[in-house]
Amino acid sequence: MATMTTVEALQHDYDSIPGTIIFDGRHAMKGYALNKMCFSFNSRENREAYRLNEDAYCEAFHLNAAQCRALKHRNVTELIEAGGNIYYLAKWAGIFGISVQQIGAQQRGVTEDAFKEMLLRAGE
Amino acid sequence: MARIIGGIATSHIPAIGKAIAQGTQDQPYWKPFFDGYAPVHAWLHEEQPDVAVMIYNDHGLNFFLDKMPTFAVGAAPEYLNADEGWGLPVSMPYPGFPELSWHMIESLVNEEFDLTMCQEMLVDHGFVVPLSLLWPGKEARPVRVIPVAVNTVQFPLPTPARCFKLGQAIGHAIESFDGDHRVVIIGSGGMSHQLDGERAGYINKTFDVSYLNRIVDDVAELCCMSVAELVLMAGAQGVELLNWLVMRGAMTGRVTEKHRNYHVPISNTAGAVMLLENETAMAR
Repeated sequence: MATMTTVEALQHDYDSIPGTIIFDGRHAMKGYALNKMCFSFNSRENREAYRLNEDAYCEAFHLNAAQCRALKHRNVTELIEAGGNIYYLAKWAGIFGISVQQIGAQQRGVTEDAFKEMLLRAGE
Repeated sequence: MARIIGGIATSHIPAIGKAIAQGTQDQPYWKPFFDGYAPVHAWLHEEQPDVAVMIYNDHGLNFFLDKMPTFAVGAAPEYLNADEGWGLPVSMPYPGFPELSWHMIESLVNEEFDLTMCQEMLVDHGFVVPLSLLWPGKEARPVRVIPVAVNTVQFPLPTPARCFKLGQAIGHAIESFDGDHRVVIIGSGGMSHQLDGERAGYINKTFDVSYLNRIVDDVAELCCMSVAELVLMAGAQGVELLNWLVMRGAMTGRVTEKHRNYHVPISNTAGAVMLLENETAMAR
């Protein structure tokens, strides 16, 4: 009898890299609608439409509850968990003027200044 | 026949484009990074290439996740930049070179690289920023450009060994093209950085410096790495270093390092530029 393998059950050599979620098929499937919505933010009109009515915009892209919640929280860790890809999320973050340093600090759980200090120290 | 006169690797992060747009290159934060390009400008002025092949990755401007090519080659008469959503000014179009594009495509497919061919292709900061760094000045378009996009966004990614072999095939293609063209190959992206996850802000100077060394004289060792090892050592977005391996593959077996500059940090990233020259009459 054939056994069923789910995408979630696939094993990879990158599954145990510390603090790192690899954007592979599992996440690409989970986050497809969310990333598709963020892809639409390449257009200024769409960014404006989102800003005017976030709920309606999310509904039009059929986002799930966890994705809507993470967007409301402006929480990148939750958005990654919900299948978001960082390059697409950066387009969303840009709408609110959230920088990549702020995104990094949020995920690390440190202040923006502490995060920037850490980056400076990496060059020493 | 067309000749590859050099290979250049350079970072491409959007913050560089922003610094150029705002004219802040001489501020203390940016100066050590931008000053690293002066010797490359002098070399380009001296050598006068007329074609650049840009090995880069798209970040969600031209390719969405619905159809994600592992390797894509542009074959358009010109390439347009467009709004990416975070406030970078949109550049003027870049002139293409369809004759060389189609020659490359035919040659690469003949060498068993199953490509995506693009007669229209929006180019994002991964393509635009290196050109702005190498040929500063808003409207300057001194070279015709061929974009080669490598998937570094959605796993599985091509292996380092495969990327190097693609570069070798690009080298064969260019050097079998009729005409007195002087070509530079540009590997865009890197060095170490990670934007997502708890390890966001990860930079690995030790690895970067060894990568710079090995790109010059021990590229075989880099080709033995897995993508997972590259993520571990260079960070989740440091996998853009795959583009450097394509560039290196297009060069001959031995190269001369003409220049390098390495500076940390630029935004969340280790910034670098490297210039390589082919040692003449060497096999790949």
